[in-house]
Amino acid sequence: MSGLPILSLMLAIPAVAAIFCLYLEARPARVVALAATLVDLALGIALWANFDIGGAQWQFVERADLFGRFQWALGVDGVAMMLIVLSTFLMPLCILASWESIKQRVGLYMAMFLIMEVIMIGVFAAQDLLLFYIFFEGVLIPMYLIIGIWGGQNRIYASFKFFLYTLLGSVLMLLAMIAMIREAGTTEIPLLMNYDFPPEMQTWLWLAFFASMAVKMPMWPVHTWLPDAHVQAPTAGSMILAGVLLKMGSYGFLRFMMPMFPDASAQFMWLVFALSMVAVVYTSLVALVQSDMKKLIAYSSVAHMAIVTAGLYAFNQQGIEGALIVMLSHGVVSAALFFCVGVIYDRLHTREISRYGGLAVNMPAYSLFFMLFTMASIGLPGTSGFVGEFLSLAGIYEASSWTAFVCTTGIILGAAYMLYLYRRIVFGELTKDDVKAMPDITPREWAIFVPLAAVALWMGVYPESFLAPMRGDVTTVVARLAPAKPEGDAGLTAGKPEAAAPHGEAHHAGGVQ
Amino acid sequence: MTGDLALIWPELILTIGGLVTLMLGAFAGDRRVGLYQLAALLTLAAAAAAVVALFGTDASVFSGTLAVDGFGGFAKLIIYGASLICVAVAPRYFGEAMRAEYSALILFAALGMGIMASSRDLMTLYVGLELNSLASYVLASFLRGDDRSSEAGLKYFVLGALASGILLFGISLLYGFSGTTDFAGVATAMGSGIDIGLLFGIVFVIAGLAFKISAVPFHMWTPDVYEGAPTPVTTFFASAPKVAAMALLTRVLIDAMGASGPALAAWQQIIIFLSLASIILGAVGAIGQKNIKRLLAYSSINNVGFMLIGLAAGTQQGVEAVLTYLLVYVVTTIGAFLFVMQLRDADGRMVENIPAYAGLSKRQPGLAAAMAVFLFSLAAIPPLFGFWPKYLVFEAAVNAGLVPLAVAGVVVSVIGAFYYIAIVKTMFFDDEAESAIRNDGTRLEGAVIAASALWLSLIGFLFIPMLAVAAQSAASVLF
Repeated sequence: MSGLPILSLMLAIPAVAAIFCLYLEARPARVVALAATLVDLALGIALWANFDIGGAQWQFVERADLFGRFQWALGVDGVAMMLIVLSTFLMPLCILASWESIKQRVGLYMAMFLIMEVIMIGVFAAQDLLLFYIFFEGVLIPMYLIIGIWGGQNRIYASFKFFLYTLLGSVLMLLAMIAMIREAGTTEIPLLMNYDFPPEMQTWLWLAFFASMAVKMPMWPVHTWLPDAHVQAPTAGSMILAGVLLKMGSYGFLRFMMPMFPDASAQFMWLVFALSMVAVVYTSLVALVQSDMKKLIAYSSVAHMAIVTAGLYAFNQQGIEGALIVMLSHGVVSAALFFCVGVIYDRLHTREISRYGGLAVNMPAYSLFFMLFTMASIGLPGTSGFVGEFLSLAGIYEASSWTAFVCTTGIILGAAYMLYLYRRIVFGELTKDDVKAMPDITPREWAIFVPLAAVALWMGVYPESFLAPMRGDVTTVVARLAPAKPEGDAGLTAGKPEAAAPHGEAHHAGGVQ
Repeated sequence: MTGDLALIWPELILTIGGLVTLMLGAFAGDRRVGLYQLAALLTLAAAAAAVVALFGTDASVFSGTLAVDGFGGFAKLIIYGASLICVAVAPRYFGEAMRAEYSALILFAALGMGIMASSRDLMTLYVGLELNSLASYVLASFLRGDDRSSEAGLKYFVLGALASGILLFGISLLYGFSGTTDFAGVATAMGSGIDIGLLFGIVFVIAGLAFKISAVPFHMWTPDVYEGAPTPVTTFFASAPKVAAMALLTRVLIDAMGASGPALAAWQQIIIFLSLASIILGAVGAIGQKNIKRLLAYSSINNVGFMLIGLAAGTQQGVEAVLTYLLVYVVTTIGAFLFVMQLRDADGRMVENIPAYAGLSKRQPGLAAAMAVFLFSLAAIPPLFGFWPKYLVFEAAVNAGLVPLAVAGVVVSVIGAFYYIAIVKTMFFDDEAESAIRNDGTRLEGAVIAASALWLSLIGFLFIPMLAVAAQSAASVLF
């Protein structure tokens, strides 16, 4: 709004703090990192508060012609703004989550997280195609180091797999970007979103982008890097990976593939639906048989993201809005679930589900929070999960009944694996001595759980706060897709409300709606 | 004639400087290391200043055999800059073995490379190339007492002589079938159709030059020579001569064979083959390497392949991309080799074995971070600046319609990324190695490493507008 370049500031603060952290001892590094992320959170909230709902599509626009061939162009619409707020919200919690569990090379660790924050905000705020790519790819380096240095037993394998998988997808997207820049003659994302690429070209461009975004999402069958990366990453790494990095893929779908290649999107709707259906059911089944907590939640992430892709490709208001809420909700809930795992992992140093049991007795507060997030993951009404899943399934149903049917089955399976997990960890007899000795959550852990729980409930009870800024953008995308949109098989027809009876109060109650 | 002499000041300065250094060596003895070093540094700086002073000139001298233009100027600046650093860092490495000839040979090599980059005649081309090569053979075996160094020199000489023969044979064919050694004349002859003689000429000339840039299948010497040669010399081989040979190849392809017409189709497919073969072999060959110098040799083969993608486009945009690539590549390579020169084990020997770098980031955090920047930059991972030239070559290829080549290139670049991040893994993820590695670099070397790492991290992006103007004015003289 004002002359303050708030987005650049949000990028600069963690970047500068990261440089400081590199030179600091453990304790000051933690404090600096926390302070920087909290300042960024304040700026993020200011961004949200000052966002003019119903105003211009792109707000807080900044432009500086620094690089000749492309620009330092930042700006957000409602969707990007909400995702930035999500990133800034999760970041201080991640720093707090690693307050005690990270003991080695703390300065470098904090610096990597702050760089991650810069990159995440940059990805969502970039308004230039090449700037976006630089941020989008840049995430590889800090994440590679986070998994590789502070990860678990098998961290080397996981970090390589993460790096090479995502890189392979992205380089193809780079070629597509080159072709787009050549065709449209601009690198500006807002202009490209309204540029009509020739349909046959769209097909190739879509496939190239799909290669990248499907890996980032991740969609079945290229999801296999995710369980490895999650299991090996430190708790905060998993939180940020599930919370924000996976959203980059779905953000790419919404920002690039759908508005820029509407014809190809319609053409490949079946592919997205098919892969989403497989993902929802298959990964839910895989999650059921996991014996490793983190792996289970990782597979549940794949299932949730599949509902996002299906919702987005429903091409209607409800579906896309629902997908966006699932994205935000999953960002909060999966981060919270990974933290739930982290809490007990810090105490017992194992992720084996069977090593736990009966936590409800000695960790009641923990069990309560874990319960809340389990329910939110399942999609119980009143929690954030319900709103998103209901909306997106309603949207999917309008486009394809079968997809909606299969995805709903997946949600039932989701309830199964989450409740099963909860039962095995929290309920049952408290027999093991080392488990008995585990203390309940500390004030620091309270400080992490409470905001997460509050947001999960807020999103479930009054989702309008989150939906309102994004609604206009969804309408724009839906309008952009309208010419290419295939006929849905739900065969919805507009209702024929009976005309209100011209007189007579007796008929007043009937048929009018 | 005297007017021509005024336009070749850089070459004159280098000639005189090289001769003076030799004389100093003969009369002042080998102990006065600082003196020769200073003479060479001053000469190179003066030559670079002369190049800058000649900017904007576009002329042919000595009956059109040598060009004085922006293209040559761009290449020469990089060459002289790289040579300067290679002179500056040498004394610490060689210690007692440092002699006056080192500085003089670098000067003569730089002179030859300058001539390569600005030749417009097949004969000047050959003279420049041989001047550079002969100096290089001696440099490779500079540590006379060291078996590996002598072996490297001999290997380089034998294979280099073979390549020169091939090149000369190609030149003779081109001359025989076009009737001239002048680039423009050859281009005219090619414009009216390519007969079998000219075609063979093209193939042999490209093969000879491919040896110099170490493109596959003429790369066999590279790992051995890089490994065996003293590290400052390897730094030199990996940087300056690459620039000269690539500039020369560009000039021959665009100027002497033509960027349009029948010749383009003839050389384009050769370049595409060389490019793909280099990228793939460079990426795959590096995976099993345990010696960092060998690995960087394969990395240079791989990078040459990417440069050739830009060249294969045959457009001005492609040439601009190659020039930008060369600059960024030289900065990265010098940084990486300087890193190699920093580390010594407890006995004072160079540490070239990659597993010995385990846990280096704990002992030498700054140095390890700089090397990580170089490696990620070589793998072209944004936000590091190594991404930008790769983007440019792919852009040039896509715009020239070479989409399959670009697709193959990016996919193989992922294989390449594997071995770069494997070194990062060794330095950052592995537990510390038992033997203590110490860093006994000078402040100057540290400064060069830090500056190149900084430039490659983010600051480089701010230079894009400047680089684009420079590369564009340099490339435009060929079109």
